[in-house]
Amino acid sequence: MSNGTLIVGGSQAGLQVAVSLRQLGDTSPIALVGEEHHPPYQRPPLSKEFLAGEAELDSLAFRTPDFYADSEIDLVRGERVTEVSLSSSGPPGSGVARTAGGRELPFDRLALTVGAGARRLPVPGADLGGICYLREYNDAADLRTQLATATNVVVVGGGFIGLEVASAARALGRSVTVVEAAERLMARSVGSVVSEFYRQAHLRRGIGVRLSSAVSGFQGERGRVTGVELSDGTQLPADLVLVGVGVLPRTELAEQLGLVCDQGIVVDAHARTSDPWVVAAGDCTVQPHPITGQGRVRIESVQNAVAQAQVAAATLLGRLDNVTSVPWFWSYQGDLRLQIAGLASGYDTQVVRGDPDDEQFSVLYYRHDRLLAIDAVNRPADYMAVRKALGQGANIAPDRAADPTLPLRSLVGGPSPAVPAVQRAKA
Amino acid sequence: MGTLSKVIYIDSAGREYAVDATVGDTVMATAVRNGVPGIVAECGGNCSCATCHVWVSEEFAPVVGPPNDMEEDLLDMGVSDRRSTSRLSCQIRITEALDGLTVEIPPEQP
Ligand SMILES: Cc1cc2nc3c(=O)[nH]c(=O)nc-3n(C[C@H](O)[C@H](O)[C@H](O)COP(=O)(O)OP(=O)(O)OC[C@H]3O[C@@H](n4cnc5c(N)ncnc54)[C@H](O)[C@@H]3O)c2cc1C
Ligand code: FES
Repeated sequence: MSNGTLIVGGSQAGLQVAVSLRQLGDTSPIALVGEEHHPPYQRPPLSKEFLAGEAELDSLAFRTPDFYADSEIDLVRGERVTEVSLSSSGPPGSGVARTAGGRELPFDRLALTVGAGARRLPVPGADLGGICYLREYNDAADLRTQLATATNVVVVGGGFIGLEVASAARALGRSVTVVEAAERLMARSVGSVVSEFYRQAHLRRGIGVRLSSAVSGFQGERGRVTGVELSDGTQLPADLVLVGVGVLPRTELAEQLGLVCDQGIVVDAHARTSDPWVVAAGDCTVQPHPITGQGRVRIESVQNAVAQAQVAAATLLGRLDNVTSVPWFWSYQGDLRLQIAGLASGYDTQVVRGDPDDEQFSVLYYRHDRLLAIDAVNRPADYMAVRKALGQGANIAPDRAADPTLPLRSLVGGPSPAVPAVQRAKA
Repeated sequence: MGTLSKVIYIDSAGREYAVDATVGDTVMATAVRNGVPGIVAECGGNCSCATCHVWVSEEFAPVVGPPNDMEEDLLDMGVSDRRSTSRLSCQIRITEALDGLTVEIPPEQP
């Protein structure tokens, strides 16, 4: 009998590999093994609706328990894969994995969808009670319990997760300060206009924001945090700290297999690792830029996990389709709905549509007049128009995009950046 | 758990999926959790992906009502075959009045 596919990591990417294999007609066994005890669930609401009390674990589940049985997906929960090896004599790509609980899982095909873990802050006092991280459901449940009685919340890290938690904590009436080491918020993901807008918008909502501030340690009493110390000597009182300083992709299993890793498991556009029989998808990978095919990027998003997993499933079945997918992302911080499409890295020009003071604006990013990406705040139509344009390889002329009264959808033009739409109209 | 209502999904091949739904859940979540194919719902109901597009059957369209503003923007640009009864299923909450709701799933989601 065939051993089928082993998928290590039962979350967004892992589940999608399994679902896509079935949708592509694969009838061989599928084992989806995850360390967490909960059946696969959505993470994005953990820092949003869940903290606000508007969602519970049940409502976050991706699928009903029956779904796994009906689809013949063997969901193995609460088992951590600690060892994996490929067979030297069997068919290529086959091998066996072992879990911490001693279970042996032989496979014909292997997919690594192990994701990433929260980066820890290596400063004195980091083990005190009341210092939280947020990556999994259990973290979120703990954070929500502690938020219920907290007074002074300090959020270390002004990225998406930090700011979403800050918004949720503020909405619950807590005193909240965000401490960010870089000179602007969400610096890795959005442009400076958007960063500055968010700083002001959060200030307006009563959230303190300290930029260019590094945490040097935590103070505590009787094992619980009481304060956060910054490197300039400032002390911030805190009875609850959320550390959101990025993630570390899990590469241990890939390293055991001798796969090439570079701040993530290196994969190609077909989700193949350096051993073409083994695929990887999601937050654990670094990949060529999904639109240009150049370089190496790590994208931590639902969209990427799903798109890469779909590709990985096709690859496992021997279908090497060429698909380009437009990266997109959202981050809802209270009533501020940020939606991003494309990747802005390397931009040389930006166009701001609308007035940030209205809390409704977007920024389009260009390189050599070619549209790369958009950050849209409470302007979903702009976001959708850019997503569509990028998907079609079409451009939106920068000079016209600046007029917020012209709907972007009416400006989506031909593919060549050398001939902007305006000139073509004149010709 | 809340009261039950039935939702009937018809995929592009004409297959019917009749699913028990809980009042208060969305038409999207009910489909996804039960593995009804064709409703992708990548953003999990956050009105950010437009991959949960459905055509509401004529008789239910007036009960379901029109799209909200944000949804309108997504439908406008985001779906391939927009019709007068197009909705994003993550924005439709199931009520008792929607028992028997029938929606069609387009052949492709963006
Ligand atoms: C709080 C929060 C908010 C977010 N908000 C958004 C958002 O608004 N929009 C967005 O697009 N994205 C958001 N994200 C990111 C998104 O959730 C991730 O990109 C996505 O979950 C990646 O999926 P994944 O399957 O690659 O990895 P993960 O979700 O990290 O899953 C990996 C799984 O593998 C398991 N695992 C790891 N090693 C092993 C092993 N050796 N054996 C067995 N199991 C193992 C882990 O326990 C885990 O369950 C958010 C993330 C978090 C944490
Ligand atoms: S689920 Fe994403 S828009 Fe409906």
